[in-house]
Amino acid sequence: MADSNETLTVRLWRGDATEGDYHTFTVPRRENQTVLDVVTEIQRRHAPDLAYRFACRVGVCGSCAMMVNDTPRWTCRTHVSKVAGDGTLTVGPLRNMPVIRDLVADMTEFFDKWQKAGGRFQGSRTRAEPMAEVDTTSKARRHADASIECINCGVCYAACDVVGWDKDYLGPAALTRAWTLLNDTRHADQRGTLDRAMDQGGCGSCHTQGNCMRACPVGISPTGAIAGIKRMSLLDFLGMRGR
Amino acid sequence: MSEARLFVLQRLSALVMAPMVLLHLGVILYATRAGLSAEAILARTGSTPLWPVFYTLFVLAVAVHVPIGLRNVLREWTSLGRAGVNAIAIGFGAISLLLGLRAVWAVSGWAS
Amino acid sequence: MSARRHRSYVAHLGHRLSGLALALFLPMHFLALGLALEGAERFDAFLAFSGLPLVKAAEWGLVVLLALHLFFGLRLLLLEMLPWRDPADDRSALIGWGAAAALAVGGVFLWGVI
Repeated sequence: MADSNETLTVRLWRGDATEGDYHTFTVPRRENQTVLDVVTEIQRRHAPDLAYRFACRVGVCGSCAMMVNDTPRWTCRTHVSKVAGDGTLTVGPLRNMPVIRDLVADMTEFFDKWQKAGGRFQGSRTRAEPMAEVDTTSKARRHADASIECINCGVCYAACDVVGWDKDYLGPAALTRAWTLLNDTRHADQRGTLDRAMDQGGCGSCHTQGNCMRACPVGISPTGAIAGIKRMSLLDFLGMRGR
Repeated sequence: MSEARLFVLQRLSALVMAPMVLLHLGVILYATRAGLSAEAILARTGSTPLWPVFYTLFVLAVAVHVPIGLRNVLREWTSLGRAGVNAIAIGFGAISLLLGLRAVWAVSGWAS
Repeated sequence: MSARRHRSYVAHLGHRLSGLALALFLPMHFLALGLALEGAERFDAFLAFSGLPLVKAAEWGLVVLLALHLFFGLRLLLLEMLPWRDPADDRSALIGWGAAAALAVGGVFLWGVI
């Protein structure tokens, strides 16, 4: 149990797109304290101009993702007691994205890559037609279900080494989105999505490191989704793709 | 060639090579145990046309598989541009193919 | 980065580094076999060189790397060609078996040459 005399040493990244470094702050340890609580306390008491992003504070919105001790996490769902056993904490902006200021990363490219990966739904029916029926027990629907809860927090993107190595790589989230569309029977442009997901920077660049599936806060497996697209592409090449 | 095609080629060549590598490992373990000599190697590889045929296929698969992997590594781990990486990969594949076929020819016994 | 601290990442590195080493070795291997074109004496002279302890150790390394690349690669083919039984399972349990099998191959190699 943390008592009020105990303190936490926090190294917090401060800077902008061009320069910056870690600043050290000392804050009291409290019971049931999350990393987001710590960042908020530092902003309120020590650094009023500290920039960081959050909204819901309860793990719904996905906007408070940061690097915590070198691992991308939702800070609102990360208890200090879990990650700061030795009383120190290092917090920085998400990896693999340009920094805007302090703990705020620029997610423009991350979102642009969703489009590049063929993540735009294209329907085939008009509103005059009856609603499409989706068989909830079908294999495709179950594949889509396994990945559909993604809320674009960028944790997987920050966890992936290939994103850092190859600026063209679309990343785990965008390709997982493509996988859900490839399993959506209502999506009309299956060919276009598969082609884009396998194009330059697509699934062929994933080397199954598995960082993303271990980092995902909602338990999605982008590694599995990408492997599914790869399999689909192989079957497509062999003329054996179903549906 | 499209990225999708390169991906498929690398995985299919891997699939083809998996049993070949197993057999090749077996040959390595067998041959080194027996002691390496030019006479022993050439007697084995020239004993039946199946060996040169097997190793020709192996070389072809290698010449597909290796350059594609090398291309990925160079693109991700070096600052070379795309054109440079492609040129190195193609060059490496061509050299591997020529040297590999020459090596098969050399031990096939068909040259003499 | 600590998101890398797991078996699948290590397998990725092992697969990549063994592949690189094998790729660099390949032209030399082919050139050495090509010596047979220049007659049995040249080839035997090279084989004598390949029997030197240090060279033998390097050969052992290559045999282990080839086996490692094969076994780690088989896991990747399994993951990419067959449906996953569980989206959370990237078959990392196979990695230890693959490494052990590669070392076993290395053991048989050593047993044969010593």
